[in-house]
Amino acid sequence: MVRPGVTAGLGGAVPAEPLGEAPVPGARPETGVRRVWGALTADPMGRVGLVLFALVVLIAVAGPLLFPFNAAAVSNSAAGVLQPPSARHWLGTDELGRDLFREFLSAAHVSLVVGLAATAISMVLGSAIGTAAGYYGCWADTVLMRITDFFLVLPQLPLVIALAAFFGQSLVIIIVVIGLTGWPTTARIVRAQTLSLRERQFVTRVRSLGASDLRILRVHILPNVMPLIFANTVLVIGGAILAEATLAFLGLGDPVQVSWGTMLHFAFGSGAIGRGAWWFFVPPGVGIVVVVLAFTLTGHAIDQALNPRLRGSR
Amino acid sequence: MSRLRYLARKTVWLAVTLYFVITFNFVLFHVLPGNPVRLLARSGHLTPQAVADITRVYGLNHPPPVQYVIYLKDLLHGQLGISYTYREPVSQLLGQYLGNTIVLLTAATVLTIVLGVLIGVVVANRRGTGWDSATVTTSVIGWSLPTFWTGLILTFLLGVWLHAFPIFGMQTPNAVYTSGLQRLEDIGAHLFLPTLTLVIVNIAQFVLVARASVIEVLAEDFMVTATAKGLLPRRILWRHAVRNALLPVVTASALLISLVVGGAIEVETVFSWPGMGLLVYNSVLNRDYPVIEAAFLVFAVVVLLVNFASDLLYQVLDPRVREA
Repeated sequence: MVRPGVTAGLGGAVPAEPLGEAPVPGARPETGVRRVWGALTADPMGRVGLVLFALVVLIAVAGPLLFPFNAAAVSNSAAGVLQPPSARHWLGTDELGRDLFREFLSAAHVSLVVGLAATAISMVLGSAIGTAAGYYGCWADTVLMRITDFFLVLPQLPLVIALAAFFGQSLVIIIVVIGLTGWPTTARIVRAQTLSLRERQFVTRVRSLGASDLRILRVHILPNVMPLIFANTVLVIGGAILAEATLAFLGLGDPVQVSWGTMLHFAFGSGAIGRGAWWFFVPPGVGIVVVVLAFTLTGHAIDQALNPRLRGSR
Repeated sequence: MSRLRYLARKTVWLAVTLYFVITFNFVLFHVLPGNPVRLLARSGHLTPQAVADITRVYGLNHPPPVQYVIYLKDLLHGQLGISYTYREPVSQLLGQYLGNTIVLLTAATVLTIVLGVLIGVVVANRRGTGWDSATVTTSVIGWSLPTFWTGLILTFLLGVWLHAFPIFGMQTPNAVYTSGLQRLEDIGAHLFLPTLTLVIVNIAQFVLVARASVIEVLAEDFMVTATAKGLLPRRILWRHAVRNALLPVVTASALLISLVVGGAIEVETVFSWPGMGLLVYNSVLNRDYPVIEAAFLVFAVVVLLVNFASDLLYQVLDPRVREA
């Protein structure tokens, strides 16, 4: 996430107190999933988020199939360049005379892929570090949390820019770089929750029955931390998508995989703003805002429902 | 005594973190594969003599621990390497650009905090009405806006379309000023759009923090006392509630700096504001690695120092922390 502060602002990224209602001992993850879904559909913001998400997936999957984009179809006359929207080109043409509507559709999937894949890395890292710190406590907790605080205080965007510039421009590198810098908030949240679960009776009981640490973590702790991880994950995805767009805008995107950020990079570079070619720089930005909104709204709704500190506060 | 101990603990933590940032920087850019100089030296077009020279100039012939010591020594002497494109010491370059960035950062941060708190207090006072959902919705949308795109849209609307504000650089090129005040005016006009962009994108979270904090204070017992004393509601809100609600705002300000520093790179790129962000952008385009690396270090140190300052400020403001 480029802006870690937002989760705190939108509704407490790090819960001061763990989940209020103690889940049933050995609660299965399905209950978590059902609770999340219920929370989502009950909240109007959550519903809007889900609709936006469905819309974006539709655009990303069906768009390029219905309107395939030919990146080589450049205009060979100056008249075809930066054309305003017309019946032939619904969103006009870009600085090379290519159809912007088709380009817009073909770029949609990049944001989703990067957002989801980078967040997957952050989530796995953050959950692993958070549970390890919270469950084992003592020096493991101290060391891991110091490392987390260290990464939390590093400004993420300059770091991501430096890493992407050093390690090359490919989608994989962008995903890894964003993923490796986005985990600290997740680790903090997971740690706080694990810390309280560890002391719950049902965990003490299974431990006295001789369950191994790994089993306790897998069967009893992780399923109960899952809903919180999920809420945080959805919020992190939005940040990861913004990070990708920013990298691409700064010219660090994958040159082969054109994303909405890359389109804005070319719009800016070709002087579309000065020439008032709004059809070039408005749609990609709106696209980014809609994707991020989809995830932020759903994440916010889930957070509102699952985070006890926020319940009834409004 | 306890205050001194707190100060000592925070200072030690600052020193340790600074050391780790420096070491992290070294490992990242000098030890891990992908080192640009190594790539340069590996290029097939170079004569063995040139390869040997490059290796020697950049100290790559030493084993990593020795390189590390050399790196630390150079850093202590303020040597951050030589820029590939400008052919100037990086420290000198950064010196030229850092000031302009600080101007922008200060303007954006102060405005965000002041406006954010004001709006936060006003909406907290209207809690339970339509303002609540409006605030949350606006803040969610504000957060979803990419900083650079917000800048592009403002450039188009207020700069290109309405011609209300300059959209390029820090001063009008070739301008002749009759007085210092006129020059300041010109800089202020150029500062307007970059600052506005950063404020729009970051203010939402501030409003939320301030609002939540004020609502919490309004529920305290001493607010009832103040009301019972017959104080004016306006006085209760601004003198009694807001002053006590400012603590979380201090914490949020430290977080804000990290965001504004990132946003500065985007905004300076969009508006060609001659600061560190524009320098980073140009260095990224030119693959000027020493500059990128040093800029990251400077940004990290700035954020660390601001965090440290906010910790100290918190301690001064909150007697409970002072005694703990």
